[in-house]
Amino acid sequence: MAFKPVRVLVGKIGLDGHDRGAKVVAQALRDSGMEVIYTGLRQTPEQIVEAALQEDVQVIGLSILSGAHMQLVPPVLEMLREQESRDIIVIVGGIIPREDITYLKEQGVAEVFTPGVTTAEIIDFIRQRAAGHE
Amino acid sequence: MTEQNNKDELIRARKEWMEKLEKALEKHPERREFKFDTGLSVERIYDPLSMGEFAYPDRLGWPGEYPFTRGIQPTMYRGRLWTMRQYAGFGSAEETNKRFRYLLEQGQTGLSVAFDLPTQIGYDSDHPLARGEVGKVGVAIDTLADMETLLEHIPLDRVSTSMTINSPAAVLLAMYMAVAEKQGIPMDKIKGTIQNDILKEYVARGTYIFPPRESMRLIVDIFAYAGKHIPNWNTISISGYHIREAGSTAIQEAAFTLSNAIAYVEAALQAGLEIDQFAPRLSFFFNAHSNFFEEIAKFRATRRIWARLMKERFGAKKDRSMMLRFHTQTAGCTLTAQQPDVNLMRVAFQALSAVLGGTQSLHTNSRDEALALPSEHSVLLALRTQQVIGYEIGVTDTVDPLGGSYFIEKLTDHIEEEVIRYIKKIDEIGGAVVAIEKGFIQQEIQASAYRYQKEIENGDRVVVGINKFTMSGDQPIDLLKMDPAVSKRQVERLKEVRLSRNQGQVAEALQELRRAARGDENLMPYILTAVKNYATLGEICGVLRDVFGEYKQHITL
Repeated sequence: MAFKPVRVLVGKIGLDGHDRGAKVVAQALRDSGMEVIYTGLRQTPEQIVEAALQEDVQVIGLSILSGAHMQLVPPVLEMLREQESRDIIVIVGGIIPREDITYLKEQGVAEVFTPGVTTAEIIDFIRQRAAGHE
Repeated sequence: MTEQNNKDELIRARKEWMEKLEKALEKHPERREFKFDTGLSVERIYDPLSMGEFAYPDRLGWPGEYPFTRGIQPTMYRGRLWTMRQYAGFGSAEETNKRFRYLLEQGQTGLSVAFDLPTQIGYDSDHPLARGEVGKVGVAIDTLADMETLLEHIPLDRVSTSMTINSPAAVLLAMYMAVAEKQGIPMDKIKGTIQNDILKEYVARGTYIFPPRESMRLIVDIFAYAGKHIPNWNTISISGYHIREAGSTAIQEAAFTLSNAIAYVEAALQAGLEIDQFAPRLSFFFNAHSNFFEEIAKFRATRRIWARLMKERFGAKKDRSMMLRFHTQTAGCTLTAQQPDVNLMRVAFQALSAVLGGTQSLHTNSRDEALALPSEHSVLLALRTQQVIGYEIGVTDTVDPLGGSYFIEKLTDHIEEEVIRYIKKIDEIGGAVVAIEKGFIQQEIQASAYRYQKEIENGDRVVVGINKFTMSGDQPIDLLKMDPAVSKRQVERLKEVRLSRNQGQVAEALQELRRAARGDENLMPYILTAVKNYATLGEICGVLRDVFGEYKQHITL
């Protein structure tokens, strides 16, 4: 079977303009051989899901530092369920308090990456979790 | 010829020392290569020979005099300390007003307003895109009524206020003026700053609304209007802070900021303003990052470059037009979520570099900001850090205490050269606006950000608690809890204001604004009328969105 690279959508959800982390992660994933689609700023949950389905990605990485994660991440998970795209893995990066991480994971977020995480850790996580899809 | 003799003797002595050094190095090699953030090697020592032909008056001059390398005031902190100005704002206007009054009671000397993202992007709190964002990263302001609450019991003739607001700066400034008027304060008594720096929003901060050309018109309208009506207001704070936070180097921070400044000056000149009319009210905002001496030299070099640019390139005559006055904030991106109390030390050193660099005002970050918005206790520690620097450790007792240090002067010269080289490059591309449209600035920042992250990951750059001296488990720390009902209350308040105002007057004010926006009149008076009639921020920006269109991001990766 031919090697097929993992496809990842990196998205900035909400109005937050801090895209340093999202861009560094996107570039690191790309350098590791993954196919990366970066959405740019100010995406709504609807736009994220639409782009993910259109681009046929296995992973959605949402970056958010504005504190609106509790309102903006669950709708993404819900829409994916509605679209029966449960197999798309959703990961989140940003400034997310610990109790919110627990909640987001209960809702179906695969992992939450907070400040201090290395891009290597994120790459490893994606490789392990998305391996079954290759 | 004693000077020549001295030099010869110095060269001889240095050579002798170097020979001894060779042997010492064989026994005890140095730990590693040493480099500045910008890639330049750090020399083992700096001495008089490092300096070349050093003309004191030309390069340094006297404090308060051109080219202002040693500071913009003749007595600097001996006369008055910098303004201690903590950026604050969250939730409702009422909560933020309480935090402001607390900070003033604790000895803070100026206010700095953080607005939430819907406010910064010109959406009312009930707009669908405001979902989840109301009151989060700052205070929600929808109408003049919110601004009245925000500034209640704050003496606007005595406290200066900085507002981090860019695309809708004209609207928030109009609201501030309207509140001052209601407090009975004459317009020439209000003091403060609006950030009003759109160019860095496109490349680093992200709260743009309109396309560049239309945004520049709004900015120049503010320059012209403020020059006549609010003479003590800083009409712009040209910001390198966010460029640095987005990942640039110190040199890029200074270069891109000054290139943006050049673009604003040129836009104002094209609109027919006189350089010495608006330039004295231009102000700046820089980052105080981790490399202590590099940061100090950056501040000093930038001051000198700006003075020369204003005098030589733009023909400014007034000293005040040539003075680079700036606010500094410690580098948020250096704060760690791990072992957060260590951030107190980072912030203290960064703040000290800003003071040794001659800042006019300062924000010190709180230790818990990689985890959440800062708690009241953390903010207090951050403010106390400034007070220790200002009152206890003696660094404010003489002007520019590091002036004349071989190292600092050499580094100041080096940064100056490199920054000028970058500015030339941007000039050749066609100036800051074109460089942004082409994605040049964005790519440069992105490349530096990526390199920085790689350096941390491969251990070349040590971050205590991240890649060295790590500890397992989190230190517990009390974080600020946001009231989840803020958004609902804010939307209700907005509804009440919409119902209680004179709808006819609002409609007429917005209609007039639309007409003026289509032409080329100064928009400030129209915005002021709309604001006074309690038109909402979203309504006013909505009219301008209709007429100006919206900016589409240039995505570079």
